[in-house]
Amino acid sequence: MSDSIGLWGVPLAILGGAIRVSTPFIFVSLGETITERSGRINLGLEGTLVFGAMTGYATAVVTGSPWLGILAAACAGILFGLFHGWICKFPKVNDIAIGIALMQFGMGLAFFFGKPFIQPSAPHLPAIPFGWWSSVPQVQAALSVNVLFIIGALLAVALWWAFRNTRVGLIIRVVGDSADAARAMGLNPNTVRLFATAVGGALAAIGGAYLSLYYPGSWTEGISSGQGLMAVALVIFARWNPIGCFAAALLFGGAGALGPALQSVGVTQGYYLFYAAPYVLTLLIMVATASPSRQLAGAPGELSITK
Amino acid sequence: MMDKFMLSRRQLLKSSVAGAALGLGASALPFGQAFAQTPITVGFIYVGPKDDYGYNQAHAEGAAVIKKLPGVTVVEEENVPETVDVQKTMESMINLDGASLLFPTSFGYFDPHMLAVAAKYPKVQFRHCGGLWNKDKNPMNTGSYFGYIGMGQYLNGVAAGHATKSKKLGFVAAKPIPQVLLNINSFLLGAQSVDPSITVQVIFTGEWSLAVKEAEATNALVDQGADVITCHVDSPKVVVQTAAGRGAFVCGYHANQSALAPDKYLTGAEWNWGKVYTDFVNDTIADKPLGNFVRGGLPDGFVKMSPLGPGVPEAGKKQFEATLAQINKGGFAIIKGPMKDNTGKVVVPDGKTFPEDAIDLESMNYLLAGVVGSTS
Repeated sequence: MSDSIGLWGVPLAILGGAIRVSTPFIFVSLGETITERSGRINLGLEGTLVFGAMTGYATAVVTGSPWLGILAAACAGILFGLFHGWICKFPKVNDIAIGIALMQFGMGLAFFFGKPFIQPSAPHLPAIPFGWWSSVPQVQAALSVNVLFIIGALLAVALWWAFRNTRVGLIIRVVGDSADAARAMGLNPNTVRLFATAVGGALAAIGGAYLSLYYPGSWTEGISSGQGLMAVALVIFARWNPIGCFAAALLFGGAGALGPALQSVGVTQGYYLFYAAPYVLTLLIMVATASPSRQLAGAPGELSITK
Repeated sequence: MMDKFMLSRRQLLKSSVAGAALGLGASALPFGQAFAQTPITVGFIYVGPKDDYGYNQAHAEGAAVIKKLPGVTVVEEENVPETVDVQKTMESMINLDGASLLFPTSFGYFDPHMLAVAAKYPKVQFRHCGGLWNKDKNPMNTGSYFGYIGMGQYLNGVAAGHATKSKKLGFVAAKPIPQVLLNINSFLLGAQSVDPSITVQVIFTGEWSLAVKEAEATNALVDQGADVITCHVDSPKVVVQTAAGRGAFVCGYHANQSALAPDKYLTGAEWNWGKVYTDFVNDTIADKPLGNFVRGGLPDGFVKMSPLGPGVPEAGKKQFEATLAQINKGGFAIIKGPMKDNTGKVVVPDGKTFPEDAIDLESMNYLLAGVVGSTS
């Protein structure tokens, strides 16, 4: 344990917090980006996230391997996504309503099956010590980066590239922008959306498994404080751009670390205000980037909120 | 926000099922009660999961103790929000399970929920965990029970004072209400009884259960050099695991968390509700009136300490045992004048002494000098 690092603790906590807290946001928002780019909204990702957290933790407890936990969570997420995609293909089904129903379903199911796993401890996912060059333990702690964070960052770039440059990316985008055009190309929009929603579910569940297997690293029924819902909002905030999602998630994580960090250096008055920082920041950016002359840039044309 | 919505929806389903069952089961109900000798059904309601390593687990462990008593049936429901839902739960425990003694254990159940149901069922006894019952305002079939766990935090402070090297301790707190403030101040005074230069850094998270924010708060405290962490949140599991993961010592709260960090766990202030519930049940069976204002501390067995961990040095063990023995004699006071709060204002005048059962302590609104933090 070294001496206090004083005010340096604040930027360091924001950096560390951005890395630690943002990972679930990254995964859920990337997953939702894929789903929404194909023209569907899956609001049920909060339920998928909680179920993924439970499945991942339970599997890690039983098998002793956190990686199998991630895998099991992803499979569970795929099932939730397929379910959503399958129901939504029927005519006159509202994808938002189904999403809310699946959110409740996922959470209830996770609480039900998760009961026996609240007490046991599961092995954690490994972290890579990027702070090896520093002798300050606080820096080492802030820069000990989980593998999932790195995968999330790479995935954001890969998705951004894939949406522009690959055939699959084009198929998802055309289905999301105009179902008629997609049909004219010989594509079945429902099939594409089914798979897009399944992939989105898998990513959201991995985000949940990060919560239970790395940070904060335990399964309780209060493990998610709405991360899944906020991540869905982040997608709109990021204008359906995967790299934007990554940046928004970092911003949210870092701003969320501000409240505890300021209190720890002795700025103790008004902590409720600091806790509102992520939301104030979001509002400010939304106001700053809003334009009266154009509608949400980048919004897929088939989304039920933009149609 | 969302999960409240979910719980109330689930509750709605549950109570409509319960309503359907009432029609079928009502005729069978009186017979079941006629045969047993002094049958008593006791209902417990928890705000969170009953195995949370914290507040709810402490109560559930108490319920498990009375479950073993002859002629006692225990009914429990967990994850009941502090809304009209708890009224439905209480009514279904009374009408469907025949409960005659109810323990709604969460702070926010009292007003208006428990009071509303108590007015409707004057023959059922209600006892609420917390300090809210007032004999001028509230009916006699209600009451409150609570433990003086501040002394436990004082002993935590003694152990922490011996284990710390940086002379800086950390406290993750939920909300600045009197019980929490008393715990923070007691932790500080215990540590300062070892070394008066020790300070306690407090971070309020603003909610009783916010896993990610509690982990962030713990990390921020360790980053600032705190090397012993304790907390007052509903489920200390995340704080204990995060602090131990960063190499800091921890003192537990609510229940025994030593299994989560066997090497780093110094000791912990635990509730011993089993004793309190046993007393209530025995009084009910013996047909004695139940206490309305039940309080007790370490000497009364309402509160207990976790066994000392390997991190406490020999000198610390000695002082811990000696202090515990003194507390157990009764009348031990740690809030003694003159004392200043951390803004320099005198909060306890010279010559004033508040033992743990002083009613003034139940309205504490200050953090003593030596605590880095603010109540707003």
